Amino acid sequence: MPPDSPTVSVEHLVVERGHRTVLLDVSTSIPAGAVTGLLGPSGSGKTTLMRSIVGTQKVKSGTVTVLGEPAGSKPLRRRVAYVTQDASIYPDLSVKSNVSYFAALCGRSKEDAMAAIDAVGMHDHANQLAGNLSGGQKTRTSLACALVCEPEVLVLDEPTVGLDPVIREELWNHFHDLAAAGKTVLVSSHVMDEADRCDRLLLLREGRFIADDTPGDLRASTGTDNLESAFLHLIRELEKAG
Amino acid sequence: MSLRITLVTAARILRQLLNDRRTVALILAVPALILALISAIMDGSPQMFDRVGLILLAVFPFTIMFLLTSITMQRERAAGTLERLMTTPTAKLDLIGGYAIAFGLCAAVQTGVAATVAYLWLGLDTVGSAWLVALIAIVTSVFGMALGLLVSAFAATEFQAVQFMPVLIVPQIFLCGLIWPREEMAGWLQGVSDALPLTYSVEALQEVQTATEVTAAMLRDLGIIAGAAVVATVLGAATLRRRTG
Ligand SMILES: Nc1ncnc2c1ncn2[C@@H]1O[C@H](COP(=O)(O)OP(=O)(O)OP(=O)(O)O)[C@@H](O)[C@H]1O
Ligand SMILES: [Mg+2]
Repeated sequence: MPPDSPTVSVEHLVVERGHRTVLLDVSTSIPAGAVTGLLGPSGSGKTTLMRSIVGTQKVKSGTVTVLGEPAGSKPLRRRVAYVTQDASIYPDLSVKSNVSYFAALCGRSKEDAMAAIDAVGMHDHANQLAGNLSGGQKTRTSLACALVCEPEVLVLDEPTVGLDPVIREELWNHFHDLAAAGKTVLVSSHVMDEADRCDRLLLLREGRFIADDTPGDLRASTGTDNLESAFLHLIRELEKAG
Repeated sequence: MSLRITLVTAARILRQLLNDRRTVALILAVPALILALISAIMDGSPQMFDRVGLILLAVFPFTIMFLLTSITMQRERAAGTLERLMTTPTAKLDLIGGYAIAFGLCAAVQTGVAATVAYLWLGLDTVGSAWLVALIAIVTSVFGMALGLLVSAFAATEFQAVQFMPVLIVPQIFLCGLIWPREEMAGWLQGVSDALPLTYSVEALQEVQTATEVTAAMLRDLGIIAGAAVVATVLGAATLRRRTG
């Protein structure tokens, strides 16, 4: 792969889910070394796009290429990690057993698992059953299960929902550290105050991109001083245009 | 496929099971207790217990492995962990192999406890070796596991998964010769019975009942039940989809 080709490239992607076209001819590319934010209202297709990138979504047409390989192909499964929107962990296993299991699947050790548990601030709960954790703690455990593999591409579906500001700050710093180390980080959110922490924003609405810009440029081009207003501004423009 | 990932998966499933102490206690104790009950009921007729008790040694692990697998696998699908596993280096066969090893071990321990109680305390008597009985029971339980795996794909909830038991398991138990000799059933019922894999486990067990050596019929029956397990596993594997809609 040439050095500056994008890690993820999506071309003319069309996805149908239950007779409804959820992604309509979506194209974009996502570079390494940055945190890319995928923003959009509920039901706009964020999760569907992420599933297409990790290769668990049936697609109607179009292509998704990750690290030069078709999305979801075998060699990618150690290089890409996905954190689903709802924590997908085993409730009847402890935090430690959960993270150690996913660590073992990608050939990592118990020590790596403990380091990942520390990184998400779950050290004090390592021996607790995942089923007894609070919502935010489950989210963090699920995140640790992905971080432990030190993937080159990290796809995170609303990883900071329900977390307090302190841990959220820590996690965002962690995402930026990963990006600075050359990894590709794609994070979805519908909280606009998080959008400002991304290097680049993709705004999705009803299965189409309506913006692809840095937070600063987006504010400037819409003449607003926060991203929430910028997003609303874009949507109103679109509605006016019909 | 990777042996390491298969074993890691089996260890994870066993750990989940061991964290549920009550289920473990039930799995180990219940078959032995029911056998004790049956032997007390049939107190006046030891040869009757030799027949029924022996068949139950295979029917218990068969039923329980079906239930365990269908529920655990249904949870795996519903909780999103299956989708997650499909994005890791885990191959479908690693997952199925992990289930087979974990629940096969579980069936072996269960059969070990039940057979020990039956042979040592309840006076169960077979001409052939108890080891053959255990082997037949374990192969039958792997078939139960494979059916559970298959069923989990058609169950939207754990409740539905359990409801498949009267559909797939109970008819096999009724027609295998446990509650009524097959020869005395109506011709069409015998035909149905011939088509149900559990029947061949029972036939193999009845061979052990009367023959000292491994007989050709025993091997053929074991082959049929193992074949049925393979077919059910392949069908079950086909329901594990990496990409869903
Ligand atoms: N399994 C499914 N079957 C049919 N339609 C689905 C399925 N999953 C999602 N959809 C539909 O696809 C559309 C996009 O869903 P998606 O989950 O990608 O949205 P999202 O942007 O992630 O929303 P949210 O912010 O609420 O998570 C929605 O209209 C949703 O109803
Ligand atoms: Mg979503």
